[in-house]
Amino acid sequence: MKELLVILLSAMLVDNFVLSKFMGICPFLGVSKKLDSAVGMGAAVTFVMVCATICTYVIYSFILVPMELEYLKTIAFILIIALFVQLVEMILKKKVPSLYKSLGVYLPLITTNCAVLGVTILNIDNSYTIIQSIVNSLGAGLGFTLALVIFSGVRSRVNSADIPETFKGIPSTLIAASVVSVSFMGFAGLFG
Amino acid sequence: MSEKKGNLYELTKGIIKENPTLVTLLGMCPTLAVTTMASNGIGMGLATTFVLVCSNIVISLLKNVIPKAVRLPCFIVVIASFVTLIEFLMKGYLPALYDSLGLFLSLITVNCIILGRAEAFASKNGVFKSALDGVGMGLGFTLALFVMGSIREILGAGQWMGMDLNLPSTMTLFIMPAGGFFTLGVVIAMVNKIANKKPPQEIGCANCPNAKNCPTFNKEVTEGADS
Repeated sequence: MKELLVILLSAMLVDNFVLSKFMGICPFLGVSKKLDSAVGMGAAVTFVMVCATICTYVIYSFILVPMELEYLKTIAFILIIALFVQLVEMILKKKVPSLYKSLGVYLPLITTNCAVLGVTILNIDNSYTIIQSIVNSLGAGLGFTLALVIFSGVRSRVNSADIPETFKGIPSTLIAASVVSVSFMGFAGLFG
Repeated sequence: MSEKKGNLYELTKGIIKENPTLVTLLGMCPTLAVTTMASNGIGMGLATTFVLVCSNIVISLLKNVIPKAVRLPCFIVVIASFVTLIEFLMKGYLPALYDSLGLFLSLITVNCIILGRAEAFASKNGVFKSALDGVGMGLGFTLALFVMGSIREILGAGQWMGMDLNLPSTMTLFIMPAGGFFTLGVVIAMVNKIANKKPPQEIGCANCPNAKNCPTFNKEVTEGADS
């Protein structure tokens, strides 16, 4: 139990996917303009990450490993994720239209979000068990959401500041991200 | 003659004028993650160039065969195959580089530069032009990564391409994640200052391969038109 908690918290805070592993930078910069869209994107990514982890784990251990096709994992995983995102979108649209309305708009963006492919491959590389993998993905997703939410707050302040013309827009956003990243460095060494 | 000029343009536009990283802001994740050393930047850049050129060639050859509705999954499969290929080659011949690039080598698959060029260029143009476009964009990406890597390695570690520069002091922050964001922000601002134009206000959603299918982007466009 303690070990699982360490995995969860370190995926969330110490090795935050966005701010220290640099995965999912595009949605981090693109969707963090407003708080509610940041929360929606974060929830959609967390959901897809956890479900994709279960699917890829099962396929990897029951199909790829017995057939000695481990080297096909990149191709297999990206196809699973693309398929899965499409499936989730269709199911949500038919069965839970209210959830589709709040999450649906972010789903097509997730296939090419490298954090999702990254976390599934990391789980395999670290040879986690299925439970550890799920916890790790959950932590990564929550960490992604946390970074997005914090950054959307920082960003609304940056936008109202008076900055030199050449730094307006993306350059100042990146520098603000750098400051947020410094604050996450404080978590380093949390687990010795 | 004009044909020749056209080809030269396809080759050179990616290097400066439409530099994928610094101007159209694609492929930010590897740009930030692997540039702690200049040599890693070059390695990552060349690996991406290889995948980009090969996938551009294959996709432009297959552009009449692939049905429109399922083109994105098809492109991803082509790209992922070449990524697997380069993973094998690098593991065999450059194990040190393979270890330092790590996970990001597999993540070339979802690098938006490659999918973006496949969608925006290779699926509409001939084989030769697509190959040139791939070389140009790849070199532009490599150049951006090399510049970023050099700045971060010199300031952060006091070294450059493995040579010790004997600097009086170094700022470790620059090889930390925070330094990556900071350096990229300053480099983009510099490029804009030199090119004398306004910096991009938003991440390049218009260049994203998913833009046409993406309701968020379309909504923003229509809302923007309304206001």
